[in-house]
Amino acid sequence: MATAPREFIENLRHLPQTVKDAWFRLGKAPESEREESQATFHNLFLHIHSVRVHVRTLKPTLTLGLGIMATSAFLITVITGALLMVYYKPSTDLAYQSIKDIHFTVSTGRFMRNIHRWAAQLMVLAVLLHMARVFFTSSYKKPREFNWVVGLGLLVMTLALSFTGYLLPWDQLAYWAITIGSNIANSPRELTDAIGVTTWMDPGGFQKRLLLGANFVGQDALIRFYVLHVFVLPAALVVLLSVHFWRIRKDGGMARPEDPMGGLAEWGGELKPVFEPVATKTYGLMALVRGKRATVNRGPENTVMSWPHLFWAELAVFMVTVAVTLILSYYSDAPLKELANPAIPENPAKAPWYFLGLQELVSYSAFMGGLLIPVIVLFGLALIPFLDRRPGGEGRWFGTPGERPVAVKSLFFSLAVTVGMLALTVNYGWLRNWFPGIHQLWIILINPGSLLVLIFAAWSLYVLQRQDSVRHAAVGLFICFLVSFTILTYFATVHRGPNWKFFWWPSQWPVH
Amino acid sequence: MSRLDPPRVSRRSLLSLASMGSFIAALGTALAGILRLPNPAVLPGPVRRFKLGSPDEFAVGSETVLAEEGLVLFRDNDGFYAVSAVCTHLGCTVAWSKDGFACPCHGSKFDSAGRVVAGPAPRPLPWLELARAADGQLIVNADNEVPEGTRYRV
Repeated sequence: MATAPREFIENLRHLPQTVKDAWFRLGKAPESEREESQATFHNLFLHIHSVRVHVRTLKPTLTLGLGIMATSAFLITVITGALLMVYYKPSTDLAYQSIKDIHFTVSTGRFMRNIHRWAAQLMVLAVLLHMARVFFTSSYKKPREFNWVVGLGLLVMTLALSFTGYLLPWDQLAYWAITIGSNIANSPRELTDAIGVTTWMDPGGFQKRLLLGANFVGQDALIRFYVLHVFVLPAALVVLLSVHFWRIRKDGGMARPEDPMGGLAEWGGELKPVFEPVATKTYGLMALVRGKRATVNRGPENTVMSWPHLFWAELAVFMVTVAVTLILSYYSDAPLKELANPAIPENPAKAPWYFLGLQELVSYSAFMGGLLIPVIVLFGLALIPFLDRRPGGEGRWFGTPGERPVAVKSLFFSLAVTVGMLALTVNYGWLRNWFPGIHQLWIILINPGSLLVLIFAAWSLYVLQRQDSVRHAAVGLFICFLVSFTILTYFATVHRGPNWKFFWWPSQWPVH
Repeated sequence: MSRLDPPRVSRRSLLSLASMGSFIAALGTALAGILRLPNPAVLPGPVRRFKLGSPDEFAVGSETVLAEEGLVLFRDNDGFYAVSAVCTHLGCTVAWSKDGFACPCHGSKFDSAGRVVAGPAPRPLPWLELARAADGQLIVNADNEVPEGTRYRV
């Protein structure tokens, strides 16, 4: 027999083994650190991680797993979103019915839609909390300024995805949200009208036309938001997310306290002196190497292998996210209001919770509350790492000295100011109630929203002066932002009723 | 080196500068072209001229809410006038009652002539153009505004 047929049969005999080897190159669970590194960097999905991670960054109390939670939620929405696309029809005639089909007829359709919605809500929450975590652990500081800004981009993408998502069912919520959203895009007209230049310069009208593709909310608008929701925004988010992950490695892993230099250092669970060579002396190798690795001049690096330590942690957070989503989806159905009715909005017509703070601001002035204040807030947040450049406190909650008292004071200050401003507005109305016929420019410039921004900026400058610390000023400002966001969201959720009037409880809403 | 004797620019750096410039110009043009497409050249939309019926159907002193058309038609001793029921704030439909108009979305309030009384609305509710069709029916042109106080006499 010639050799080729024999070789062929031999290869055939080994086929199961060779195929297995090709897919699982290591062929077994890695045992040595060398194999563990190979398992990490020989795998496309794992190699975005470094081979070793610092033990401090694995402490659950440092990160709370929020970034991984947001990413997990995003993955869940991608998978369930693709499934929903199978049945969803982006047409004003069919969209509502197709959602009803998904809800009532398609096998597991209702569950998948619930998961999609709950994962999206969880993603918004996780992204917001992740931002707060990064801020309070000083993790935005040099060299992580750029990644902080990328993170803000991801926050905007997340909110945009949520917004475009709840427009698609073409129910009452969807129709009036598109109407309101596109008119917020149109709201620079308030300003251009007030100063009388709309005929020559109309950025508002341009933005509205770009969103709606028409002068009214209809098929053109739905298809545009559909394209944004299922392709443009997710693609952009994936690109930004890749940059975000990649920057973590390029910036030297996650922010953490410095390892001790010299002195005593923890090594294998016990404190040992770190070898500090005297400059004038020559040492032999024997003097330098003690234990497994040399620790000269600085403490041991305290890193562990990513496989398995980091991957177990990430998998655990992923599983928790999936579990929470599944439980919520099992017990609570995603809402679907009545079919879109262009004649009459719901009363009250409320956005989902994460936009209700914004809706409260918009109820003071569309341009100031809907566009200018969000832009100012985003701009302010983006500037933080470029203005607060003094290192210190990285990877520690409220890590710089004296930060906690500032945080607590800012908490009470912003709480009092926000609640006071709302109480004033509810009890005494605003400029238009006091001076009927007042020029619109005043309403745009001076309203409860713009005043809150001014007062918080002033508070931050006061803290800067008083505490003589840029970080403390940033803490003051960030707490003000978080507190006012939370209070406004709560206020609009609970205390705003029909005609956007104040009510103590929804049970007091007039019945009709 | 003086102003009359500038530093020599090498041919290579001049050419690379020129090519870089043309690259940026091409990129800019392409970007402008990309952004042109989603900007609609034609704005599709229904004709917003509505026949409302014979003027005799509306008694003097009556107020008629026309939900489909998004307006309220009034008739007083001086004649007809139609006030748009689309909030000038963010486009919600305002509800009419004897006190005036109230917006369900963000709480704007207007008096019965459409003037802003409270809330964030930047402009009064527009008064709409009225006309008669050849068959004598009243027509409202919801795309055309007329000054406040304009009455249409039949």
